[in-house]
Amino acid sequence: MKIRLGNEDIQSASVRRLERITGEDVKRCYQCGNCSGGCPVSYAMEIPPTKVMRFLQLGNIEEVQNANSMWLCVGCLQCYSRCPQGVSVAAILEGMRQETLRKGESRTEVKEVPFPFLKKAPQQAIVCGFRKFVG
Amino acid sequence: MKIPYYPGCTLNTVAKQFDTSARESASSVGFEMKELAQWNCCGATFPLTPDNVIGLTAPAKVLSNASKEGDTLTTLCAVCYNVLKRTNKVIRDNREKRNVINGFIEEEYDGSVNILHYLEVLRDKVGFDKVKASVKRPLKGIKAATYYGCMLLRPFEDIGIDKAERPTIFEDLLAALGAEPVEFANKIECCGAHLAMNNEEVVTTLSGKVMTSAVGAGAELIVTTCPLCQFNLEKSQPKVAEAGSGYSPVPVIYFTQALGLALGQDIATLGFEKNSSDIMPLLKKKGIA
Amino acid sequence: MPRIGVFVCQCGNNIAATVDTKKVAEEMGKLPGVVYTCDYKFMCSSPGQEMLKQAIKENKLDGLIVSACSPHMHEKTFRKAAEAAGLNPYQCEITNIREQCSWVHHDKTKAAGTVKSIDLTRMTIQRLKKNQPLNKIKIPVKKKAVVIGGGIAGIQAALDIAEGGREVILVEKEPSIGGNMARLSETFPTMDCSQCILTPKMVEAELNERITLYTYSEVEKVDGYIGNFTVTVRRKAKYVDEERCTGCGECIEKCPFKVESAFELGLSKRKVIYTPFPQSVPNVPVIDAPNCTKIQKDKCGACAIVCGPKCIDFKMEDKLETVEAGAIVVATGYQNMPNERFGEYGYGRIKDVISGMQFERLASSSGPTGGEIRRPSDGKVPQSVVFIQCVGSRDEKKGVSYCSKICCMYTAKHTKLYSHKVHGGQSYVFYMDIRSGGKRYEEFVRGAIEHDGAMYLRGRVSRVYEKDGKIMVQGADTLSGSQVEIEADMVVLATAVVSRDGADTLAQRLGIGYDKYKFYNEYHPKLKPVETVTAGIYLAGTCMGPMDIPESVAQGSAAASKVLALFSADEMAREPITSVVNRTTCNACWDCLTACPYTAIEREAIKDRQGNVVRWVAKVNDGVCQGCGVCVAACRSKSIDLKGYTDEQVFAAINAF
Repeated sequence: MKIRLGNEDIQSASVRRLERITGEDVKRCYQCGNCSGGCPVSYAMEIPPTKVMRFLQLGNIEEVQNANSMWLCVGCLQCYSRCPQGVSVAAILEGMRQETLRKGESRTEVKEVPFPFLKKAPQQAIVCGFRKFVG
Repeated sequence: MKIPYYPGCTLNTVAKQFDTSARESASSVGFEMKELAQWNCCGATFPLTPDNVIGLTAPAKVLSNASKEGDTLTTLCAVCYNVLKRTNKVIRDNREKRNVINGFIEEEYDGSVNILHYLEVLRDKVGFDKVKASVKRPLKGIKAATYYGCMLLRPFEDIGIDKAERPTIFEDLLAALGAEPVEFANKIECCGAHLAMNNEEVVTTLSGKVMTSAVGAGAELIVTTCPLCQFNLEKSQPKVAEAGSGYSPVPVIYFTQALGLALGQDIATLGFEKNSSDIMPLLKKKGIA
Repeated sequence: MPRIGVFVCQCGNNIAATVDTKKVAEEMGKLPGVVYTCDYKFMCSSPGQEMLKQAIKENKLDGLIVSACSPHMHEKTFRKAAEAAGLNPYQCEITNIREQCSWVHHDKTKAAGTVKSIDLTRMTIQRLKKNQPLNKIKIPVKKKAVVIGGGIAGIQAALDIAEGGREVILVEKEPSIGGNMARLSETFPTMDCSQCILTPKMVEAELNERITLYTYSEVEKVDGYIGNFTVTVRRKAKYVDEERCTGCGECIEKCPFKVESAFELGLSKRKVIYTPFPQSVPNVPVIDAPNCTKIQKDKCGACAIVCGPKCIDFKMEDKLETVEAGAIVVATGYQNMPNERFGEYGYGRIKDVISGMQFERLASSSGPTGGEIRRPSDGKVPQSVVFIQCVGSRDEKKGVSYCSKICCMYTAKHTKLYSHKVHGGQSYVFYMDIRSGGKRYEEFVRGAIEHDGAMYLRGRVSRVYEKDGKIMVQGADTLSGSQVEIEADMVVLATAVVSRDGADTLAQRLGIGYDKYKFYNEYHPKLKPVETVTAGIYLAGTCMGPMDIPESVAQGSAAASKVLALFSADEMAREPITSVVNRTTCNACWDCLTACPYTAIEREAIKDRQGNVVRWVAKVNDGVCQGCGVCVAACRSKSIDLKGYTDEQVFAAINAF
């Protein structure tokens, strides 16, 4: 993989926008890897949390948008809780998810959710799932 | 002592046993949970981006209703607790957002309600000593894994029920009930939460890690504070056992059921039949029932 | 009528590019009292100074202004020149038309710069007219130094001062000098044994007749000022007579009680009567009173029975001793951040998670395992050891934001020691960046990786937990972008270097500054690295911030050279810019006393002829006053003035604007 960097990447408008939405500052991340180390789902992520932050620093938001990472983060906040710089990757990923959902692009359609699940699962899972996966 | 109580949707439906056992137990240790006259869903997730103010209106409405019934509010579900407590903090500390939210819900709420988890009520208002003194059926000899999950602890600066990395409130309660809390690796790690909706594989892996680490540390019983944790653990348990590696299922119960049991309530009223794992063999083995 | 001269400097093009210096000089010449003006390319050059001297003599000047750079640069130069020409040096004033004028105005037409220079110089002229001649303050100097802290920095400072022929009192809190360095096994990058290089210095300090050791002692109070400090030292009861004790160790042998050893960081036990380590200096045991049954309950007394010279005294009490000293060197060192703060790393819960300093003790040949690497839980030799760097360092949220500087190097050293002592054992190091700036440091780290096989992983550890009797370390390797899990037998945490508990209290006693981490502030981070804002108090070593042994030693020597320079004359002269109280108007409200950051203000009794106190007034101690002017601002009755900056002078300048 080769990255071609230009000023427009480093000053990426979409990353600045994401920072505004999430209240996070991607520059704060110094790439220590604690989030990837502690994230319970990083093993399944196409781009683990530390790399998410790196791609955003490089202005490459598309790379992250195309990965499954944001759909796997459940916001357990272990990344934020242990981040020495106080960065919340969870908030960043939620911001990206939010932007996608606001465009009306769902991760999961309501009709795809199995009926037995809807019947038995705690309401909180259904409400939360719909809010996080359905546009 | 009467404390206004917010049950939340799940406790009104699939986790009824969590609610009833808590109410019964409260009366045995000297307080009454007074359900809010009016309440709605808390939204089941605290919006992590400050941009999403609309997500705060539902919990704000709950809080505003609660403020009309007293200065404290207790709740049981770890998610509701997390959402309410964090929303309350935003309303209290952020004037700009408070105005926006109040505009939406057409109320004048200032964030003055003190949100207490049921565990905090037991620790700080009742006292674990008094709980211990009220025990009629000690859970003697039961090695119990206290599974905190995420929402009861994080983020520390907003929740602060106990230390984020080495909490003891849950173990202290179980010890007061006569059980032996076991130390296990994944007690504050995630169960997979709402991924239950579209990613069973991850939920099975994460819940599996919680349960194998608990049972590996000698637990004969897993105790939870959250209906979603309870659901994910119960649902994953057979699959984890099937996958081999010698895991054998253990009962998973709500902490209020353990409390009710120890406080000597009629076992039939504790709703164990609603749990998918059977606790009775364990109780018989330990001579408790 | 005053006779004032105005000298305008062009400073090459520095000033002349945006200021018409010639015009400034001409304009100033028109003012009453100004009898001579000129402009010149470099006033600070030798010809410039000569010109100035000559002008003073030829024109019989009684005051002069040099409009040039900041007074920080050349005020001293020009005042000296004025003095050489027979003027009182404080009749020479500087107008800053460089930093405050030419450098900040980019107008090439010179209009703005010239106008401003004229304004500034005019103000200074009016101010100068109100100047009073001042004389330097002469202070007698007591030629004895107190060094606080007997670690390597303090020992070095004490030895150098003694070498220079002056007396030193070395005050150490613990029963022995040696400090943190006494705990170390080997030292980077040379791998020589710490004790082998430290103990000769400790003994030298003990034997040097100009050095007096006050061990088991703490500084309780500091009064006075540069050249004339009075230091009160609490000499804690050792319950052993230092003069008579021969150090035979019989008492330690016979003491039946054991407690955890603080020196060994809980890795082993020591007796209740003890010396912290075998090579302690002085080799005199102390009794740990809270744990001694004889002192607490009057039972036992075995030590006193076996003591040959009968030097144990259970009734001994703390003594307060006052020392008159001319200078103080503060070398109180550091401590490690408590690991308990990092619950996710299991310290205190998982026995084989230890600190870097504990690892030093395990590797030390005089340590609890005799230098064999054995883990605390079961004494087994660990086959895999994970080292975690930056525990608390560079961690704004839970620890400190700064880099502790020494951990990269000592962790590399640990991996080397481990591979030398445990053949076939594997070490893993989690790091964020390797900071190995120093002579032969980078090569040392490369050696740990290439020759000694340490596996370096770039990433932080998220958590450490136990699983089936193994310690599981879960972290990330950011270079491969993956999560890493390692089964370890032992985990070593490189915890942050932090200031000592009580560092702030001592700083307040001394009147020196400290930062938010309670590390002491040097006067200037580059140019006055061992001085403090309080004259006569110097700093050395890690009380200022993280640093390694070579740096601490260099600073000990630097502080000593400052002390020796101060002691080289019988009297010292200092700037007379101090406050003065008008005794007739002072109404003794003591606002100045509370406001003064240097405790330079005292209460003075005014007595009648019979010796009865009739009233009290404030009095400024010239030796202590630093001329900051806070008291002037605080004084409600306007009874305090700052010499050289009197209200009269300042108002004259403002009026001239």
